[in-house]
Amino acid sequence: MALLTAENTAFMIFVIFMLIYPSTTDEFDLLNTAYFMAITLMALSLAMIWGKAGILSFGQTAFFGIGGYLYGIFTLNVLGSGATWLGMLVGVLVGGVVAAVLGYFMFYGGVNDVFVGLTTLALTLVLQTFMAQTAGPEWSVGEARLNGYNGMYVPQISIGDLPLYGKPLYFLYFGLLIGVYLVLRWLAGSRWGYGLLALQENRPRTETFGYNVRLMQVQVFCLAGSVAALSGVLYASWGSYIDPSSMGLTAAITPVIYVAIGGRRSLTAAMISSMILLKLSQSLASSAPEYALVIFGLLALLAVLFVPEGFVAALFNLLDRWLFRRPDENARGSPGAPARSGEVSQHG
Amino acid sequence: MAEPIANASPMLVLQDVSKSFGGLRAVSGLTLQVERGELRCLIGPNGAGKSTVFKLIMGFERPTSGSITFDGAGIDKWPTWRRARQGLSIKMQIPGIYPELSVRDNMRVAAQYHVRAGEMDAAIERLLTRVGLAGMSSELAKNLSHGEQQWLEIGMALSVNPKLLLLDEPTAGMGPGETEATARIVENLNADGVTIIVIEHDMAFVRRIARKVTVMNLGRLYAEGTIAEIEGNQGVTDIYLGKTS
Repeated sequence: MALLTAENTAFMIFVIFMLIYPSTTDEFDLLNTAYFMAITLMALSLAMIWGKAGILSFGQTAFFGIGGYLYGIFTLNVLGSGATWLGMLVGVLVGGVVAAVLGYFMFYGGVNDVFVGLTTLALTLVLQTFMAQTAGPEWSVGEARLNGYNGMYVPQISIGDLPLYGKPLYFLYFGLLIGVYLVLRWLAGSRWGYGLLALQENRPRTETFGYNVRLMQVQVFCLAGSVAALSGVLYASWGSYIDPSSMGLTAAITPVIYVAIGGRRSLTAAMISSMILLKLSQSLASSAPEYALVIFGLLALLAVLFVPEGFVAALFNLLDRWLFRRPDENARGSPGAPARSGEVSQHG
Repeated sequence: MAEPIANASPMLVLQDVSKSFGGLRAVSGLTLQVERGELRCLIGPNGAGKSTVFKLIMGFERPTSGSITFDGAGIDKWPTWRRARQGLSIKMQIPGIYPELSVRDNMRVAAQYHVRAGEMDAAIERLLTRVGLAGMSSELAKNLSHGEQQWLEIGMALSVNPKLLLLDEPTAGMGPGETEATARIVENLNADGVTIIVIEHDMAFVRRIARKVTVMNLGRLYAEGTIAEIEGNQGVTDIYLGKTS
């Protein structure tokens, strides 16, 4: 299969740009970009579960919050040079386990389609409401005060006693973003990924070909929950802080908007769109904060009405037709199209 | 037709199977046995319970009472995917293709658990040739004609290397030419040793392919025999004309 596609080219340009970027700018911008990358991991988790498996989840922010809080609770209680790295692992694992448990009860209980969206939104709001009332001193886990809306102090990821800052932090976040992206693309192009694509179109039919559909739904929900939890860990560490607003209604809908605007069926489109929109959001926040959500809402509406495959994915398709003479594949969501490179190594 | 293997257990046994949906008894005390290598037609008027029998065999529905044995194993508690991995396959009444995927990707989705990755492309081409879709692997499934979509679905059902293939109205909506082609496909499959059960309303098609016919009415087994015996049965004719219940 062709490796020279608009999507792969865009990915390479993105990687090269991100590698050169640190030598062209100051530390403030680098930290800002690290923040974008942390949040973009959540967008990737949503593109995986929504775009590749057809499960619209508003719960990614819940796993984001679980990851962030668990990271903080663990690192505040366990001292030592490797504590923050272990904390990162704990945050991701707990996020994944909570997602697996919730996914088990949802999918084996026959909850599907729009009801998954409602259930996951409920989880997010319940967690936010619960965390909001933890301001009192009685709400602490060992050394970690949860602190309600005052927010919880979280140690930064460190090597020895030295918190990562500047370029090392930037490249850590960049490495994790690209690593997760590549793993997700490989999975999307694997036998399992083809199965996910099939089950989002027709679950009973897919089961007649031997796919354990419910198990696969739990697996992808767990995977996406882990990635969202990693996003939360990186976010909390980046700002040394997390509070319940990171799990609120606005927070829950924002990644859905980023992914819808970019293109949910393409991990690359979702990643690039999320990075650009986060940058735009921050620019608007300083000049015209009241318009940021309005503009994003409008873009999402335009995407849903006129470019349902997403603006960035649509651009990939146009370029594929004009430059690479390939048929329109991103729009129809062939598992191989947005995920060709992984598929090649899997299936030749 | 392949000869049934001597002294082998039947391919499928439904023993006193019933299925109720609330107050509606869709299948009532049905006992049915299909031998290895058989090509059996299941006929009956609308509402006779034929499609429900297929759903029970595939595990989409569980029997209210009774038991189902497939290839010597009790499968009552098996989920659909496990039945599929053991060699049960179905072409459903409502088209079960993936319209947004290419013919090749449709076949690939169906075949992944049953064909090794290195043999995938060759296996897909072989199966597409078998169902008359050679050279169409790059087409999007939604762009195929109705008949071609039905054949694609038969090809997908075949790609799991089935021991028992269930075909629910394979000629629905087809013209005479497509129906004839479908009959040839079904006969060839059976000649290759695949046990097949076909639900069909088109009696000309049934006459063409069937060796043995089972007639259902009101969820029960009404008659069973060769096509000649069934066509000579006045009660069966009356059922189709709505004279008896």
